[in-house]
Amino acid sequence: MDEKRRNIILNTGIIGSAMILGTNIITPKASANPQNQGQIGKHQLPPLPYPTNALEPYIDARTLELHHGKHHKAYVDGLNKAELELEKARENNDFSLIQHWSKQAAFHGAGAYLHGLYWESMSPNGGGIPSDKLGNLIEKSFGSINSFKAHFAAAAKAVEASGWALLAYRYSDKSLYIFQVENHQKLSPWNVAPIMCIDVWEHAYYLKYQNKRADYVDGFWNVINWKGIENKLNNIIKEG
Amino acid sequence: MSFKLPELPFPKDALKPIISEETFEYHHGKHHQTYVNNLNNLIAGTEFESMSLEEIIKKSSGGIFNNAAQHWNHTFFWNSMSPNGGGTPTDKLLEEINKNFGSFESFKEQFSKAAATLFGSGWAWLVKNPDGSLSIEQTSNAGTPLTDNKTPLITIDVWEHAYYIDYRNARPQFIDRFWEIVNWDFALRNLG
Repeated sequence: MDEKRRNIILNTGIIGSAMILGTNIITPKASANPQNQGQIGKHQLPPLPYPTNALEPYIDARTLELHHGKHHKAYVDGLNKAELELEKARENNDFSLIQHWSKQAAFHGAGAYLHGLYWESMSPNGGGIPSDKLGNLIEKSFGSINSFKAHFAAAAKAVEASGWALLAYRYSDKSLYIFQVENHQKLSPWNVAPIMCIDVWEHAYYLKYQNKRADYVDGFWNVINWKGIENKLNNIIKEG
Repeated sequence: MSFKLPELPFPKDALKPIISEETFEYHHGKHHQTYVNNLNNLIAGTEFESMSLEEIIKKSSGGIFNNAAQHWNHTFFWNSMSPNGGGTPTDKLLEEINKNFGSFESFKEQFSKAAATLFGSGWAWLVKNPDGSLSIEQTSNAGTPLTDNKTPLITIDVWEHAYYIDYRNARPQFIDRFWEIVNWDFALRNLG
């Protein structure tokens, strides 16, 4: 496809991403704080922690631009919309659509959260091996770094349809745990804190890898942000 | 028996610019082919080897079901479109649509909404129910109305691979353009 046509599609995609949720785009109020400070319906799209071309050639700039600017944003908007509708339901004491908006909040809320975790799971200075502390916990939990990588990659490649593979810290036995997620919220276990993830929705890799999800997953190890993952783990352990 | 990838019912470039040749090269040549290959590998030497595709879909689960249903769904999707498609349904189909949805416009709106709002990967369908009524269904991933004894009339694939090359994240635009190529003759034949 020629670049001109791609641009036309990109430029007209804004309306589409809002319509796909059946919602209106909610413009977040300007705030120095990227968090919503607990205000209902005021979640904001966090900035990408690096330029869109920073993960080339493993993840191309065009994909990151669309993935962050359109897909991730649509999930943040979808979460805000659902929260506002739930607030309205409480105010009117009318819960007739509670199931619908609860599902919307779960899907879009999980999508908004996981995309943030995904950006942080990667770095232009990524790849290599984890530090001793994280490496030791990985070895304790999975036998070796290589078995962990084989397990995680296999989980990611085999997610049914759209979904994610996650690495999480499990509080009960203080070990690490790998799981698959379908869509953004199905198959999720409890009692765990996610520390790393890979998105295997087709939108994460289709422009560069098309149907070859396995090649995309294999390329992920070149940009994995071991330092950021260890920081996240340390914070979780500290906060208990 | 061994399954084969069916030919597309039209040339790969016949639906452009609504669906590009590049999309068909991947969607038909790679995705659909992979479902057929996986299915053949999975059923080899099992009880499913001697069954028809419809039987496998109704009796299997897990990987066999996913690949069998995706083979069926994709074949049905190719036939749901035509370079001579679009326009309005005719004859009995139009009557049934008016009866069940109020009007053709109202049906289009409801079907488009079902396709646009489906979470993740899946399909939207116009089906005939066992009681003869028509309804719009969403199925996730490889799901198909066959397992509920419903008769599909038309479908649209809203897995991202169906539209990402041509429309990127703009799924609703793909759905809007689908109405220009939808094969109402095929739907009428399915209505029976």
